[in-house]
Amino acid sequence: MNKDSPVPEKSGAEILIDTLIEQGVDTVFGYPGGAVLPIYDALFQQTKIRHVLVRHEAGAAHAAEGYARSTGKPGVVLVTSGPGATNAVTGIADAFMDSIPLIVLTGQVATNLIGSDAFQEADTIGITRHCSKHNYLVKDPAELATVVREAFTIATKGRPGPVVIDIPKNVQVATAATDVKRPARTRFTFAGEADYAEINRAVELIANAKAPILYTGGGIINSGPAASEALRELAELTGAPVTSTLMGLGAYPASGEAWLGMLGMHGTYEANMAMNQCDVMVCLGARFDDRVTGRLDAFSPGSIKIHVDIDRSSMNKTVRVDLPIVADVGTAMRQMIDVWKGRKYKKQPLDQWWSRIAGWRAVDCLSYPGSTQEIMPQYAIERLFEATKDKAPIITTEVGQHQMWAAQHFHFDAPNKWLTSGGLGTMGYGLPAAIGAQMGDPDALVIDIAGEASIQMNIQEMATATQYRLPVKVFILNNEWMGMVRQWQELTYESRYSESYSDSLPDFVALAEAYGWKGIRCDDPAKLDDAIAEMLAYDGPVMFDCRVHKTSNCFPMIPSGAAHTDMILSADQVSGTMDDEAKALV
Amino acid sequence: MHIKQELTERHVLTLTVDNESGTLARIAGMFTSRGYNIDSLTVADISEDHTTSRITIVTKGPPPVIDQIIAQCERLIPVHKVTDLTEAGPHVERELALVKVSSVGDQRVEAMRLADIYRARVIDATINSFIFEITGGPEKIDTFVALMREVGLVEVGRTGIVGLMRGADAS
Repeated sequence: MNKDSPVPEKSGAEILIDTLIEQGVDTVFGYPGGAVLPIYDALFQQTKIRHVLVRHEAGAAHAAEGYARSTGKPGVVLVTSGPGATNAVTGIADAFMDSIPLIVLTGQVATNLIGSDAFQEADTIGITRHCSKHNYLVKDPAELATVVREAFTIATKGRPGPVVIDIPKNVQVATAATDVKRPARTRFTFAGEADYAEINRAVELIANAKAPILYTGGGIINSGPAASEALRELAELTGAPVTSTLMGLGAYPASGEAWLGMLGMHGTYEANMAMNQCDVMVCLGARFDDRVTGRLDAFSPGSIKIHVDIDRSSMNKTVRVDLPIVADVGTAMRQMIDVWKGRKYKKQPLDQWWSRIAGWRAVDCLSYPGSTQEIMPQYAIERLFEATKDKAPIITTEVGQHQMWAAQHFHFDAPNKWLTSGGLGTMGYGLPAAIGAQMGDPDALVIDIAGEASIQMNIQEMATATQYRLPVKVFILNNEWMGMVRQWQELTYESRYSESYSDSLPDFVALAEAYGWKGIRCDDPAKLDDAIAEMLAYDGPVMFDCRVHKTSNCFPMIPSGAAHTDMILSADQVSGTMDDEAKALV
Repeated sequence: MHIKQELTERHVLTLTVDNESGTLARIAGMFTSRGYNIDSLTVADISEDHTTSRITIVTKGPPPVIDQIIAQCERLIPVHKVTDLTEAGPHVERELALVKVSSVGDQRVEAMRLADIYRARVIDATINSFIFEITGGPEKIDTFVALMREVGLVEVGRTGIVGLMRGADAS
């Protein structure tokens, strides 16, 4: 403590906590360790921030993602140096791919030890540099407050993303005057309103289209609830059909008239055919991901493409567009609505377009063979949806077949209710994300739709739910296979099922009980509704082992390297081989 | 199946960036992680208060990739501005090279004579060696170095290019 200092000094750890509180943080997901002990001591001595102790740092990052996605606020992670930080990297990369605002606070060895291969030292800044939106190594407690404030701005403004702040242990202990501020930098600019000339042109194109489509994505969710409202109004005004990426589900209600279902690899036939045949495509907060486009040279060949995105690097990255508009998608849609109304455009008679769509809808691409003997996985999702749709549930998923079935057969009418790892495709995401979402909204019904393989990747987080009395439900579609891997092996490698069988599975009911959860098992379609009701009625965490038909595959499907028009609709269309070009695609 | 190669263009990009630790690693690493090429890269502090640096990157790629490179650079928080000099029009590019030659007799005389023609300056001399300093566009330096190979080239150090737009405006 410097006695000459005119203002009181505080330790780096105290400054950090004060600044987090100032930024509105009330929940932190973390795990203590040597290099963050001063921060944990400061946490102990305050009451405004609740710390959620996870059981593995990967769980902390995914829980913070779940919290951020469901609440719209940035998620905060606190982990120690070395393994603490490296364990969190998957969650950081996941948040980077899916544009989720996170603040990740990592401990670091003391500044004088950096580079000496000290105990639990890792180059966290180097490791996270290319999977975070930005990162900082703070070498002076006097800089800490400014860095944290800047980090919140960067994480939440523009295209959101994770920001890592690496704090050496001596910086947590050392003191600084609390009024010292590095001058706030205004160097970064973030896209907001669109250029009106571009908006005018976009509106003209939409107004004159004979076969328009709104292709929406996670950007609308990230833009906030007002963007979802604007989308609904824009769809109503223009009469255009709406499809969405995996990330954008809920922005437009699945019960809405213009809804075509999800597009892409496991999207609906009508959505993909409409994308292929449209004359004006309006991409709103999506990024032409390879899961969406299929074969690029056959992607919607005849359409004029308008692309609204907050990130200029998303423009023309894979698909050349005719009218790129760099703007916040919610603001841009509001501008489009204003121009549309201002010019008194009328809804086009799109009868011909809608009748073609009706023809594609008639294919009934999501139908599946029924069974009275076994629970079909699609049926399980349908029944879960029917039982919970009036409760506005938050659904998280792991990654694989169950995720796609959930996207196809569970329907979302509101944003921020669907939390899934889209870009990175991280197995083990769903349970910690559900925990994070439940922390954000203790009264919500939160269900992790899982597979028996994925759930085991972060199953230790069951203890976290127990500790904080979080009544999360884990609904496992248990088919005893890494189903999506097996499906690809069936399609591409003549059913050589290399390592895709889920051998030596735990008894999930006994496991649930071991963690203090309720366990339910069901393998009879006639008893499924009652079993789901039992799960929902239980006031606490439940693990539901839903034994489903073992060899069902997820259809429809656009095989890798194929065009939207080459969808496989059912299992009998599967060839079992592929050429090398297709095999090389993920 | 064979890996396909695409036709590429050479572009000179200049970046105005925050002069702080990690900025260069962030930019260079972004090129690596996204599979872009760096032919040369120079960086130095250019501001009075030492807060800003200028980076000149020579890269190669098909035109859509060059667009992506610029957009990806702009996306980085410490990057203020990116200019594609090749796209922007008339500009100058200069590079400095130090070229060490060791030879005796006629070869030594020839090295000296060529250096004179190329306006290279002698900045070190011993009884059997010279170090030449040469500045110019990359092609001029390539040619000079190729000639020196014939007359006893020992080693070369090159700065990589820096560039500015022609005319009164900042790039």
